[in-house]
Parts: sequence; C-alpha cells; structure tokens
Amino acid sequence: MNLLGLLWANMFRKRVRTNLTLLSVAVAFLLFVLLQAVATAFEGGADVAGADRLVVGSKYSQIENLPYSQRQQILGVEGVEAITHSSWFGGNYQDPKNFFAKFPVEPLSYFDIYREFQLQPADALERFAQQRTAVVVDVALAQRFGWEIGDVIPIIGTIYSKADGDRLWEFELVGTFSENGEASSFPLFLMHYEYFNESIAFGKDQVGNWTVRISDPERAGEIAQQIDALFENSADPTRTATEDENNRQFARQLGDMGFITSMIMAAVFFTIILLTGNTMSQALRERIPELAVLKTLGFKDSTVLCLILGEAVALCMLGGAIGAGLAALIGPGLAGAVEGFFGRFEVTWVGVVSAIGLSGLIGLVIGIIPALSAQRLAIVDALRK
Amino acid sequence: MTAAVVCKDLAKQYTKGREVVPVLTGINLSIDTGDFLALMGPSGSGKTTLLNLIGGLDVPSGGEIIVAGDSLAGMNSSALAKWRSEHVGFIFQFYNLLPVLNAQRNVELPLLLTKLSRKQRQANAATALEIVGLADRAKHKPGELSGGQQQRVAIARALVADPDLLVCDEPTGDLDRETADEILELLQVLNREHGKTVIMVTHDPRAAEFARRTLHMDKGKLVSAQEAVA
Repeated sequence: MNLLGLLWANMFRKRVRTNLTLLSVAVAFLLFVLLQAVATAFEGGADVAGADRLVVGSKYSQIENLPYSQRQQILGVEGVEAITHSSWFGGNYQDPKNFFAKFPVEPLSYFDIYREFQLQPADALERFAQQRTAVVVDVALAQRFGWEIGDVIPIIGTIYSKADGDRLWEFELVGTFSENGEASSFPLFLMHYEYFNESIAFGKDQVGNWTVRISDPERAGEIAQQIDALFENSADPTRTATEDENNRQFARQLGDMGFITSMIMAAVFFTIILLTGNTMSQALRERIPELAVLKTLGFKDSTVLCLILGEAVALCMLGGAIGAGLAALIGPGLAGAVEGFFGRFEVTWVGVVSAIGLSGLIGLVIGIIPALSAQRLAIVDALRK
Repeated sequence: MTAAVVCKDLAKQYTKGREVVPVLTGINLSIDTGDFLALMGPSGSGKTTLLNLIGGLDVPSGGEIIVAGDSLAGMNSSALAKWRSEHVGFIFQFYNLLPVLNAQRNVELPLLLTKLSRKQRQANAATALEIVGLADRAKHKPGELSGGQQQRVAIARALVADPDLLVCDEPTGDLDRETADEILELLQVLNREHGKTVIMVTHDPRAAEFARRTLHMDKGKLVSAQEAVA
C-alpha cells in the first residue's frame, strides 16, 4: 500500500454512495462532451464555405422567399460571375425522423457554382437537367437509406403541395454526389426547380436564396453592398453575406447553441458541485477521528489536506473520464442518428480531454473546503469525536 | 539510566470564552528509559492531557517538556508530526483502526511516512503482527476482528516504526478482564523484552499492577498515593 492506495480505499469506503456520486458526475460529463459536439457541429458548417461565393437572402428572415425576377438584376452587378438558387422544400421521407435537407435547384447552374460536388455516374448531371422528376442526393443519404440509381423516392410535402392538392411528390434517383470525395456533413437532396415551380399550388416563381460566384473575393463586401442596394427600396429587400456568415445566421435562428449549451452545463455543474460537495463534507464528518489518528501517527497537516483534496479530485476525474469515455463510445452512433439536422457531429479527443481536465478542476473546487477543514483539525479535539 | 521524558513545571490551560480553565499546573516529572509507568487518577484529573503533551499531540501553555532528548515546546505542527512518527507509538482505548484497511495495512500506515520500500514496509508490518500474535489475521479488516484482536493490531501499529516510547490511553478500557490481562502482558513483554518505555493512563488498579510504577494525579497535579486515596 502507498498513499494512493490509502486514498483509493477511503474513496470507496461507502461503495453505494461513491458509485452513485460517480454516476452523477459521469452523466454530467457525458452531457458536457455531447453538448460540446453539438455546439461544434452548429459552428462547423460555417467553416467549410468558400469565400468566393455570396448568399443573397431576404433581409427580414431566412424563411422569406425572394422573387425569381431578381436573377437578372443580380447577374448585372459587376463582379458577379454566375448565379444559382435553392429553396427550402421541407417534406418527409417515410417518417419525420428521417430528416434531411431537400432543395429545389437549377441543376446546371447549381453544380457550376458548387464545383466541390462530384456527381456519379458520369451522365448524372445531364439526366438531372433533362428529367424534371429527377433527383440527385449526397452519397451519404443514398447509403443511409439504401437508395440506388433508378429508385423512385416518395416525399410527402409538409410545406408545398401540388396544384391539385396532392402532397405526394415522387422523384427518381439519377445520381449521387460527394464533396471532394467525402460524404457531406450536411447531406442534401436536390430536386429539379422547374418541376417544383410548375407543380406547386402557391409561391410560384420564388426562390429561397441566391448564391452567386464572384470574380474577386477581395471585393466581396463591396459586391454584397451593391446587390443589397439594388433591392433596398423594393418589396423584397435582401441581405447579402458570405456563405460563412449566412450559415452562422442560420444557426443563430435556431438559437445561440454555444450560449444554450453553456447555460445547460453551468446548471448541471452547479448541481454537481452542490451534491458532490455535500457528499464530500459528509464523508469528512464521518472520518474526523480517523483523520486525527493519521495525524497522531505523524501524517502532516499538508499530507492530510492532499489526501482529502486528492480524493475529491480523483472521484470527479474518474466520473469525468467515465462520462467522457461513454460519450466517445456512443458518439459515432449518435452521429448517424442526428445526421442531417446539423453539421458534422463528432466527439473529439479535445472534448474528451477537456472534460477530464474540467472534472479535475471541479474536484478541486469541491474538495478544497473539506480539505482545509481536515488540515485544521486539532488532534486532541478530533480524537474525542 | 537516561530519562525518556522530563517535564519541568509543565502547565496546560484552556480558554472557554473569557474563562481560563487550568488543566495541568506545575508538573515536574522524570520517566526513565525502559520504565513502565501507570498514570492513575479520577476523570478530569489531567491524565490524558499529560499523556497528550508527552506524546506531542498537544502543546503546553507553560513549562518545558523533553521527550527522547527533544524539547517539544518550540516545535511547530509539522515538526511535531515528524517527531511523533519517529519516536512515539500510540495505543487508544477504542483502538482507532481505519475500518477500510485490513490489519496488515493498518499496521503499515506509519511506515508510509518513511523511505522504506514497499516490500520492506510489508515485511516490517508482518513482523509487528507476529510479535502481537496476529500473523494469521493480517488480511482481516477491523470489523472482522474481536476487540482484543483489534487492540493487538493497534499495538502492532504502534510498534512498527520502532519508537522509543509507547503512550497508551486506557488500552484495556474497552476489553473484558481476560483479554485486558493479555494486552497488559503484551505491553509488559514489549517493555521488558523490547526495551520500550511505556506510559499508560488507566482507571483500573489491576491494570496499574502490570506497570513498574504508578503515579497518581488529581486536579491537574501529581499527588502521592496517599493523597490520591484521600
């Protein structure tokens, strides 16, 4: 036995209590690591966007559509090389839980602007452009649902129905695409805009937003101002931003995930500090005569302080490691389940290590008062208790 | 014979609010190395306080105390802790073993403060348990041992660092007569055969008979046997 052995033996003196405390700390850090991954996923989408593209959306809200008639005016702005558009379709495939983004797009202009997407098979783009009921999807989506080329995919419209009131939309899969050889973190289902626009019962000749490619990324701000100036006094004013900023705005509409996760974790950790702190204080009260015996045998006040502090830190770090380890284990499974809701959900080593570090810090906060009390114990008084 | 303990005009007082309560006054005492001293007296006479001062568990309010050649009055808490670990073994009425550790590990505790290797610590603890006749109970936790066995483990713990002095506060106070006699005989063996100086506080005149000599205390002072009886 050594001092660590003594610390360990004391930590598990009441197994049920210690295990319950470990469980609560572990759950807190499981939440911490997973929520951190969620917050990172929300910001992650912003980082992959190119700076040579600008997104033109409604000035008022991302859910406001813009008239198709703006297309030529935007194309006329100096520095705008190409333009395409996309719209939010909504809709469910089989079950609302099978969430993924569905956009009506102009096939040729879309893939001209999003050149990082590579389509397969070779004639996919041609078929997509020619066949109005065709769709192309991210390769990850096709793998997820086991779709193959030629499959007919039914989507139930939740926003848009056809002019005859029918909500069933059927599409034929003609190709898949990947992003620079990898499945996208935000897998898309792209349908033909003309088919969509002609079929819908309302909201014709509108788009969700425009995406333009500009000739000089250095002039992005200037070009954005020029585009917005075109529509400033119209019924449909715009707000033009880089894709990066646009993605951030989208995430902000859902809520400030960083702030929300921080608030949740602050509440969880506050509770953990109170509960575990109370447990540590109780454990200390039960052991006052034993601590006095240790001092009697020659253990210095500082050694006793370190033993109690070490116990609190070890308890929290063990719980933190269990929680973070569990998060790392279940993270990949969760990533599959939440795919499509937001960007790439990934439990990182940085998240795991920061959780263990934070658990140690919380252990210090929890342990410091009981440890100081133990350090100050007067042997003669404590032996009488 | 050299003195193991010397107390000169030793005093101890406590403060309760504004009131100063004297517990020990004018204690002058010399205990030879290899002595076995019984300290007797009624409750509140100051026996345990004197024992605590001799063992370096408390500091005097006045006077001087020299134990094993070291003056304790000037030592701070850290120095006193180190001194205790090297010079004094403690035996309590209620054994005060750590319930989470088995007998072997309880005995090993004082050696954690030394530079001995793990193997050496274990060997020394085993020897101490053998001396007290509990080698076969090394892996048992205190809750699995009788009161007498627990006190033997406590004695082994007090012995294991090979201190000069054993201070015993009512070591048989929680034991039946037969077991108490066994413990007292063990203390006698440690005193006579291992040369340990033993200071024992007791209420029990029969226990005191195992000592080489007995001192009496009353109202914070050392008194003669006649005064104590009176």
